[in-house]
Amino acid sequence: MDAIFVEGLTKQFRSGWPGQPAVTALAGLSLSVRRGEIYGFLGPNGAGKTTTLKILMGLMKASGGKAEVLGKPAGHVASRRGIGFLPESPYFYDYLTAEEFLAFYGHLAGLEGAGLKRRVEALLDLVGLAEARDRQLRKFSKGMLQRIGLAQALIHDPELVILDEPMSGLDPIGRKQVRDLILALREQGKTVFFSTHIIPDVEVMCDRVGIVVKGKLLASGTVEELVSRGQGRTVEIVCEGFKAAVPPAITAARGQVLPRGNHCVVVLPDPDRLEDVLAGIRLHGARLVSVTSQRGSLEALFFHPPDGQQAGGHPGERV
Amino acid sequence: MIGLNTFRENLRDKILYNLLFFALLLIGVSVLLGMLTIAEQDKIVPDMGLAAINLVGVIIAIFVGVGLVSKEIERRTIYTIMARPISRTQFLLGKYLGLVLTLLVNVAIMSAVFVATLWMDRLPIQASLFQAIQLICVELLLVTALALFFSTFSSATLSAIMTLGFYVIGHVTVDLKGIAEKSESQALKAVTTGLYYLCPNLEVLNIKGAAAAGHMVALSYQALASAYGLLYAALLLTAASLVFQRRDF
Repeated sequence: MDAIFVEGLTKQFRSGWPGQPAVTALAGLSLSVRRGEIYGFLGPNGAGKTTTLKILMGLMKASGGKAEVLGKPAGHVASRRGIGFLPESPYFYDYLTAEEFLAFYGHLAGLEGAGLKRRVEALLDLVGLAEARDRQLRKFSKGMLQRIGLAQALIHDPELVILDEPMSGLDPIGRKQVRDLILALREQGKTVFFSTHIIPDVEVMCDRVGIVVKGKLLASGTVEELVSRGQGRTVEIVCEGFKAAVPPAITAARGQVLPRGNHCVVVLPDPDRLEDVLAGIRLHGARLVSVTSQRGSLEALFFHPPDGQQAGGHPGERV
Repeated sequence: MIGLNTFRENLRDKILYNLLFFALLLIGVSVLLGMLTIAEQDKIVPDMGLAAINLVGVIIAIFVGVGLVSKEIERRTIYTIMARPISRTQFLLGKYLGLVLTLLVNVAIMSAVFVATLWMDRLPIQASLFQAIQLICVELLLVTALALFFSTFSSATLSAIMTLGFYVIGHVTVDLKGIAEKSESQALKAVTTGLYYLCPNLEVLNIKGAAAAGHMVALSYQALASAYGLLYAALLLTAASLVFQRRDF
């Protein structure tokens, strides 16, 4: 049984005014997250990542489709015992101290007495906030808030952890701390599902990745699988002596032209168009210096996904 | 747990202390006024004391009540709360009970000061005053439920306006009925009759005038009025829960 199973999920936001069209946030999204893996949910802003996570947590109701978490329908009260959740840019009761805050969330998860006290201590240590235990959250920095947020998500030792943009807005040290915490969760056999638009985070941490654009999953698999499918591979052509404008063959092949002194580097996202582009360059009177096939990257896949769907941030399309 | 945390939030919110200070000041002023009008002192002090307890309670109930849910949604604190194994109804009731606890503690403190004031002025401490305070508590339970109900589907500002509107109309429903009976306009009749049946009759819970004069109401009246207020509050909470189930955050 998968930790998360989503099939044909749709969500439309109705406008508050009659006659105004609805906005589609999810347009038949399907994905599955296996137990024990770190799954990165990658997509540009407005792609539907947060909407998906909110539906999984029962904060929002889907317009259609199926969403199951730990074998139960999304939003099921009892299934939340096994889930830890950290929303994007979390806000907490800032009048509480770190210790009170964790104890409160522990109580809500059903922990009591000495067990709760031990758990609070352990998590304050884990996220490196033991010395700030008596400080009110209103005096915390953003990085500290993110770490205490992670601690509340883990207070009841959940088997599935869902994180919405856990690294956004953090400095490099904060990002590394959060990244290490997530990797430590995998060591403990937890399932981690997190959304992000930061590609290097996904490449470093995830067992599998799903790319979501305009409310649909465009691709899913391991980083290696995705980049070896072709869309992630690129070809770099170095040439010199462009007489005037960029040859039309490069534009047609969605090539990127980067000037480098006397030379010019053409990055081609689709290796199949190589011959056309080389012919175009020669026709243009330019001299070919080198052609190098580059290993694919998620970044290339992100910007040039299959079916030609650009991942540029569109906040949902109107229907 | 949610209720206790709401209580803790209210305690750490300085507005409550300000309002409490205001109530104590009002009772102090009533003593001063009583001194100036010697003949009426035994009427003015209890009258103003009860009014102060009622007014401060209603202000807290409305202005903290409308923020109970909307503030959680605006600040997005609800995301992590609702990620826990608690239902939306439990959350709503927890918030409600937290504010009710705050209000009851406030009323208890204000009543203690009120009784101490009467005692120091050597004025009679009559049972009727406690009857009035008990019905004030029921009114506060009802007004809090009203504020919570509106805040499940509208902004804090709009909820405050609507609750305040219902509170004011709730104290003049008998007059509304009179207008409906005398009016020749069918439209006005329909509106006033509708409002009469829709709004709670809060005057049922207002026995302050008689209580200040030392007149007790029958225990059966007190029980019936309390049951009316509590039933109305329960209906509002049920409606609030139904609306809240359907909300997206």
